[in-house]
Amino acid sequence: MSLLQVSDLQVRFETEDGTVKAVDGVSFEVDAGEALGIVGESGCGKSVANLTILGLTRGQNTTVSGSAMFEGEDLIATDTEQLQRVRGNEIAMIFQDPLSSLHPFYKVGAQLVEAIAVHQEIGREKARARAVELLGLVGVPAPERRVDDYPHEFSGGMRQRAMIAMALANDPKLLIADEPTTALDVTTQAQILQLLERLQDELGMAVILVTHDLGVIAEIADRVLVMYAGRIVEQGTLDEIFYDPQHPYTWGLLGSLSRLDRPRPKRLPQIRGLPPSLLSPPQGCHFRPRCPLAHKQCEKVPPLESRLPEAPAHLDRCWLEPEKKRSLRVVEDRIGLEEPAA
Amino acid sequence: MMSANETPLLEVRHLVKHFPIKSGVLIDREVGRVRAVDDVSLTVNQGETLGLVGESGCGKSTLCRTILQLLEPTSGSVRFEGQEIAGASQRELRPVRRQMQMIFQDPYASLNPRKRVGQIVGDPMRLHGLASGAELKRDVQALLERVGLSPEHYNRFPFEFSGGQRQRIGIARALGLKPKLIVADEPVSALDVSIQAQIINLLDDLQHEFGLTYIFVAHDLGVVRQVSDRIAVMYLGKIVESATAPELYSNPVHPYTVALLSAVPIPDPKENAAREPLIIEGDVPSPADPPPACRFHTRCPWATEICSEVEPPLMDFGEGRIAACHHPRNVSRVQANGAQIVPESPKSAGETRPDSEPAPTV
Repeated sequence: MSLLQVSDLQVRFETEDGTVKAVDGVSFEVDAGEALGIVGESGCGKSVANLTILGLTRGQNTTVSGSAMFEGEDLIATDTEQLQRVRGNEIAMIFQDPLSSLHPFYKVGAQLVEAIAVHQEIGREKARARAVELLGLVGVPAPERRVDDYPHEFSGGMRQRAMIAMALANDPKLLIADEPTTALDVTTQAQILQLLERLQDELGMAVILVTHDLGVIAEIADRVLVMYAGRIVEQGTLDEIFYDPQHPYTWGLLGSLSRLDRPRPKRLPQIRGLPPSLLSPPQGCHFRPRCPLAHKQCEKVPPLESRLPEAPAHLDRCWLEPEKKRSLRVVEDRIGLEEPAA
Repeated sequence: MMSANETPLLEVRHLVKHFPIKSGVLIDREVGRVRAVDDVSLTVNQGETLGLVGESGCGKSTLCRTILQLLEPTSGSVRFEGQEIAGASQRELRPVRRQMQMIFQDPYASLNPRKRVGQIVGDPMRLHGLASGAELKRDVQALLERVGLSPEHYNRFPFEFSGGQRQRIGIARALGLKPKLIVADEPVSALDVSIQAQIINLLDDLQHEFGLTYIFVAHDLGVVRQVSDRIAVMYLGKIVESATAPELYSNPVHPYTVALLSAVPIPDPKENAAREPLIIEGDVPSPADPPPACRFHTRCPWATEICSEVEPPLMDFGEGRIAACHHPRNVSRVQANGAQIVPESPKSAGETRPDSEPAPTV
């Protein structure tokens, strides 16, 4: 049985300009101990979906439907009080910007102690000892001393480590990491990714990693969801997404990367146009206006379903025949998205 | 690239920019200095792209601003087309400024939200007397079209555009003054991957069309490789290595370059699993109190005693590779023995020879 099962999640925000369909019918599941990567560009709904699971988008202007079952409990339907018992306890979250996620007035240790004491009956001394232990676990040097530092005394990488320590405080079963390394330098990013991998191995928790960076996905994820304009357009195992991608948007994403392990292309392949406004998304397939392979049938929304007999868990939302796709997606011996030759 | 006997478009020699740290209520006492740019030399030839990489706080943005005289250099020389501009007066700088334009990282903060696109792009042209009236409007609209916007966008406000489109407006603004040099400071790092490729390709097209010279600053090594002819790597205010783009990526000399390249995750699961990345520990030290001698020695897996005692000079290791390291990587014995100190080497550097034996792998 899966740890988290999200079914037909819809999130709408009422704004002055109209209704924004930020998440439009998203379903996925996460198994215990698994690392699920969610990849997509800004505004594709990847963060909103995860914030909604934790009840962090609730508000007057928000309409949420669908369900998110976690250990027999629907996190969408449950009340805020009950959610607070789950948040930071069984499901923890880390965010992109560690500086704005830590309170500048309080010592890092005090913030960790609070995170522990909210969910556990524990004495001050013990909580503090646990805070030191956690900082050590995430690789903060001299944790007994650094526990009394303020966030501004930590570097960017150390702050993200402190955030991770706080997320781990109550041994969560699921950790949601929303762009955890985007604000960090590459050498620090490599350290944090290594840390997340190690922790996942040691603690056996499931991880949802939200990112725009396919390199980060390749490093950590077991399974991948590709999102575009509020919908999942493709999902599959890591190898399926990278070596047999079925949706043209995934090809475009893979193609537009500048890879250091390959000779430099003369020109970077690009996806034409802009992502659609979620106030008035296009009819049918949301990627249609940017897709060079779009045809009449694309005016109807393709269902997210398995189209490959040999890989029933590999789902995509594209009307094209799998065989046809395999020839269309090859651009100069690599995967990419281009106008078909006339 | 140009032949060697021509004057380079831009020559930066031993450029220093220190920011004083002051303390005291009545009397400002200097208690320290942030050594943001500490004796940096570089040369940019007409029509080429110099990539500048390094992590946050390494001084790459300060270097750009100091080159453009937006910050006054503490010492050193900046020559643009042979003319010294470091320490020049505002009046002397004015005609030069038109020739050197900048594209900024944040497409939201770098456009005035109260002005229309036509003004944003047109005002600099009007102020420099390049066009006026109906001609100005025509020129601006042609520019907008050239950067991939439409002439009807002339009367719109910045908030009506997406990040990628705003960056195009910023490019049109820089282009309007017909500059020779464009300094692009992280021009795509705020954009989505699919939009990044569009902007990079646009910059590439414009370079060919108008014969532009770029200094391209970025922390993303993939992006830098795509656009650059030569690349300089900065660490804590110093250039630690510079080389042609293919050499830097296939045969990096400085351990910091090795670590930077190794830290970039490869978007390919099998190749990612197959490699053993070199992950350097710790964080970048503070530029207010940089480590002595080689500034990278506190994090370098190959560091020895000499690295904390003598600053390594910048040496030419052949094949266009210049690096400052006592224990260079990817260098043969012949290359190490034949390496010469280059005139751009920092004045504070020693004159020690690098290892002639290739250092062991870690």
